Amino acid sequence: MLPSRLYQILSAKKMRGSLWQLGQSITRRLAQADKNSVARRFYSADSELKKTVLYDFHVANGGKMVPFAGWSMPIQYKDSIMDSTLNCRENGSLFDVSHMCGLSLKGKDSVPFLEKLVIADVAGLAHGTGTLTVFTNEKGGTIDDSVITKVNGEHIYLVVNAGCRDKDLAHIEEHMKAFKAKGGDVSWHIHDERSLLALQGPLAAPTLQHLTKEDLSKIYFGGFRILDINGASCFLTRTGYTGEDGFEISVPSEHAVDLAKAILEKSEGKVRLTGLGARDSLRLEAGLCLYGNDMEQHITPVEAGLTWAIGKRRRAEGGFLGAEVILKQLADGPSIRRVGFFSSGPPPRSHSEIQDEKGTNIGEVTSGGFSPCLKRNIAMGYVKSGLHKAGTKVKIVIRGKANDGVITKLPFVPSKYYKPS
Amino acid sequence: MALRMWASSTANALKISCASKANLSPTFALSKCFSTVLDGLKYANSHEWVKHEGPVATVGITDHAQDHLGEVVFVELPESGVSVSQGASFGAVESVKATSDVNSPISGEVVEVNTKLSESPGLINSSPFEDGWMIKVKPSNPSELESLLGPKEYTKFCEEEDAAH
Repeated sequence: MLPSRLYQILSAKKMRGSLWQLGQSITRRLAQADKNSVARRFYSADSELKKTVLYDFHVANGGKMVPFAGWSMPIQYKDSIMDSTLNCRENGSLFDVSHMCGLSLKGKDSVPFLEKLVIADVAGLAHGTGTLTVFTNEKGGTIDDSVITKVNGEHIYLVVNAGCRDKDLAHIEEHMKAFKAKGGDVSWHIHDERSLLALQGPLAAPTLQHLTKEDLSKIYFGGFRILDINGASCFLTRTGYTGEDGFEISVPSEHAVDLAKAILEKSEGKVRLTGLGARDSLRLEAGLCLYGNDMEQHITPVEAGLTWAIGKRRRAEGGFLGAEVILKQLADGPSIRRVGFFSSGPPPRSHSEIQDEKGTNIGEVTSGGFSPCLKRNIAMGYVKSGLHKAGTKVKIVIRGKANDGVITKLPFVPSKYYKPS
Repeated sequence: MALRMWASSTANALKISCASKANLSPTFALSKCFSTVLDGLKYANSHEWVKHEGPVATVGITDHAQDHLGEVVFVELPESGVSVSQGASFGAVESVKATSDVNSPISGEVVEVNTKLSESPGLINSSPFEDGWMIKVKPSNPSELESLLGPKEYTKFCEEEDAAH
């Protein structure tokens, strides 16, 4: 899933500006998250923004293009964000996520190499399956989250965030050099020749089945195949960033527009092009983290509630960056934890203060908004351990006023991943 | 409306459905967006309108502003009796992805607020110039109105602002 956190967007710190500057604030937010690699993009003019091969297709379909992580991407199309979000859960959505960075690691030591950088039990993954994982730093904090797939024992395919591309690639490259210097066999290929489409929602599988001979009912959540779709050789991962069943399709760029058109046509118009705005609502409703908001350099996977993604063998053996910190947190418990909230009053936004009922600060919101599906305010944030239990009453401070909130289990909207029954 | 973009900055983009739903006849149409701008009102360049009738001035946000914001999900209003100042924030409008301060185009005392907005914030989208009004102000300095934009000037302002982004 979540390779897709396109939105680093999210949390501009109490930034003020006109509506029309919102797009700029997206890149500004990124610059905060990762000053070195992204700062220059913040200053770049629209004309310097990168375009995916679907750019003209977006514009022709009414896409409102905004700067995002150095790319010009559709924030929404003709539908409102509310309608787009609802349609994804009712029918389906097609997202262009080609700004995200697809990468293949190849070589007989690909698995041990990657295990030095991530928390997942890569060796334990069956061929053709994958998982959400986290690239950690020496302090156990999060460099990025990523969906990794073990194509086979000598090929790992992964997708990292657009806004983290430069940072991630530099990190991987540095460690790869050292690894190879010691005789390790690993190399990479960055899939800039490919585009990435995300097809999500209940109509994702029936629609895609029209375009491939492979039996999609045999591919479960997290599964991966290289297969022919609409006449092009694609990487197909059953994953997403919405909480719905769906796929991410890496397609050779020269076939991307045709594939997008074919998907929309085969769905008889029910699957609709969907932009970054609804994508953020969907992932928030699904309780999924957005890197740069809900996870950052100083947040460990344990604090972020991603303990499940640390393989059992990895908990015993360690062997990844920051393992000492993370294993200690596993033993002792983290001091803060990511939780969900419902609240009354205005929708919480990132950086809204969280207080206990007596008015003492206990944490901060990292993502929040109005849920189109639940028609109420939802938010995620970090609170002190011990105060994190579902049902705990809190106050969320917005524009100086304390609003009632309650800690709630995640996800807000039940996930519908396609798993073996 | 100084827009405070927090989280998901739904950017620029909120130029959505542009069909105006206002009942009054539009005198100007924005070239890009066809938002309605009404005659007889004064406009602030932060996208609020004010209608001065007798002792009271009614204030709301423009069609152009609601159009850029998208569906309004929450409106924060002051209480009757408080003072507002020209150019200063008196409340806020929240859409799915954006938070926007709303500035008063005129100074004075708030004499009435539109309580319907707490139950039906969407009135701001469906009827920005009528049912979606926000506050009524007893102006302390009616000459401030002269510093505001007229319909033609505001239309031009919106066109230029859109073109710049």
